[in-house]
Amino acid sequence: MENAFGQPQTVVVLGGSSDIAREVTKKLCGARARTVVLAGRNESLLSEAAKEASNAGATATHTITFDAQDVTSAETAVAQSFAAVGAPVDLVIIAVGLLGEQMLDENDPAAAARMSIVNYAWPVTALAALRQRMIAQGSGRIVVISSVAGIRVRRGSYLYSGAKAGLDRLCEGLADSLIGTGVTLQIVRPGFVHTKMTAGLKPAPFSVDAERVAKDILRGLGTPARIIYSPSIMKWLFALLRHLPAPLWRKINEDR
Amino acid sequence: MSREKLYGWGRTSPSVAEVLEPTAEEVSSLLGSSTHVLSRGLGRSYGDAAQLAGGLVLRNSAMTVMDTIDSDGTVWVDAGVTIDDLIRVGLPQGWFVPVTPGTRQVSVGGAIAADVHGKNHHVDGSFGHHVRSLVLATPSGTITCSPTDRAELFWATIGGMGLTGVVLRAQLQLLAVTSDKVIVDTTRFTNLESVMHEMQSGDHRYRYSVAWVDCMTTGATMGRAILTRGDHADRSNDERQSPREAKIGVPFSAPSGLLNGLSIRAFNELWFRMAPKQRRGEEQSIGAFFHPLDGVRDWNRLYGRRGFVQYQFAVPDTASETVVDAIKLLAESRVPSFLAVLKRFGAGTPGPLSFPMPGWTLALDLPVGPAALPRVLDQLDSLVLEAGGRVYLAKDARLDPATFRAMYPRFEELLQIKRTVDPDTVITSDLARRLELIRK
Repeated sequence: MENAFGQPQTVVVLGGSSDIAREVTKKLCGARARTVVLAGRNESLLSEAAKEASNAGATATHTITFDAQDVTSAETAVAQSFAAVGAPVDLVIIAVGLLGEQMLDENDPAAAARMSIVNYAWPVTALAALRQRMIAQGSGRIVVISSVAGIRVRRGSYLYSGAKAGLDRLCEGLADSLIGTGVTLQIVRPGFVHTKMTAGLKPAPFSVDAERVAKDILRGLGTPARIIYSPSIMKWLFALLRHLPAPLWRKINEDR
Repeated sequence: MSREKLYGWGRTSPSVAEVLEPTAEEVSSLLGSSTHVLSRGLGRSYGDAAQLAGGLVLRNSAMTVMDTIDSDGTVWVDAGVTIDDLIRVGLPQGWFVPVTPGTRQVSVGGAIAADVHGKNHHVDGSFGHHVRSLVLATPSGTITCSPTDRAELFWATIGGMGLTGVVLRAQLQLLAVTSDKVIVDTTRFTNLESVMHEMQSGDHRYRYSVAWVDCMTTGATMGRAILTRGDHADRSNDERQSPREAKIGVPFSAPSGLLNGLSIRAFNELWFRMAPKQRRGEEQSIGAFFHPLDGVRDWNRLYGRRGFVQYQFAVPDTASETVVDAIKLLAESRVPSFLAVLKRFGAGTPGPLSFPMPGWTLALDLPVGPAALPRVLDQLDSLVLEAGGRVYLAKDARLDPATFRAMYPRFEELLQIKRTVDPDTVITSDLARRLELIRK
């Protein structure tokens, strides 16, 4: 069970080998997490992450593989994850995501479809598979890794940012649907994070590393906040940027 | 049946369950159902002890029959009768509850499950010491037990956090009093060492004793304290009045952060300055002396949406230093904490999960919020464990399984006894799951 500070004992991470997910998992295991299920695409990366979790304090780790390009894998991955925990699941993190190559993908229908499936359709399918299971438990927390990029979609990453925007907005409604069920859903909106996914890209202002995002997420778990920004200045920065006149918005994003 | 979100008094980690308010007769059949079941009283335990996520929670509020008090002060009551009811009915007849916690809004079933204690523990022990007999509904049937009949089950239920069954009725031994007043001596101490010395040497002269300690001052005034001690006034002709009901309440959660380092520091300062250096023989009402916070309904909402945790530990007399170290750790980590309650404890019960031990107990109220708080409390766990002490489960909302097992090494005994009456583990709780006492 989760304790008074939002520290879970059982954790399922969908997209468990992403850099942010790995940092969060380590920190959760340093607190109260003991049973950890890491689900993702790459078995060897998942095993590495599982080893990290054990070193950080987990006593039982499981890895499950799925393909996020295939939405039919979502329900299976969720069912397998809950079965592996074998007890109430305190926290599910959805950290599935694909940045893609905007300039190549935008003229390739298959690639565009892939971007919207991995970043939107697969997470939505997984959330639907999770929902009733969590409600039956009467407790638990869902954390969805979104992005500030979804607050205002820019030309240079609209396939990724647009899908994140959809997921983010959908989760606001989903979170409302969970009120009174004992289950809570929190949306994480990181800024630019230095990870293997963003390697080679030009960092945006106030860029952070995955460790910092993990720290902000753990802090957020102990609060009733619906949305967790990382770093927290993103909240104010994007409150401003989302209302910037379009020509100015395009201007500041010209080289990105 | 309705699905309801259930909180502990600290309002930190609620969960949703089906909730019923059955009669005693209905409880037995409900224990035969296929879901997990837990009994709940008035929800005054601070953490997750009276919650069962996804299960069936049985409130004892429909079980409220109180028999006539016998001439020897024994009385049979239903589990849903409250300490408030007992005082209201008993006091005009010259009977007081043998043990009362800091609130009257506790059911007898809850008082038994948490084996509550009061300011008189060093003299009279805990609530369980005054239970003569109890009727327990279990999945294996309804069982009457007492210190002489099925004693193991009886003591496992006293302080057993509701995990052995659902208490239906209990026979209590009340305390004879001749007045509704308490005669109180108050002394102010400028540091922790002097108050602890006075309690160690002088508490035996009083039935009731408690010290309020300021955990936010450092240096020479670290742990400054106010010690109040007293006993029932002895006046046979008094008219005895029951305590008054709360006149004011907190209608909704205060903004988070209202109780922060600054406001708490100011409150502690004010409270310390308002107390007399020394005052003897002051007459106080039972309500003012035992239940000052009952004057404000739902005071826990003052802590805001994120709630608060209470941390209470007991350590043996040989570990007086641990009390000092704990207060020092709190003061130095600058985690805001309200006035702490320091008390002398006598012996615990024979029960496997009995909390008290001869020595000291310290209880702290801590608003959730400071980033350092989880870690500071983990450090306190280590201090307490090292001293051979333990944390009170009725207040707990964050202990980890390994530390629990080390603090309560007799937990296996509880599970053995539980298996004899609940072989399929129907009864469990969020607390039991969190401590991995029961993995169901």
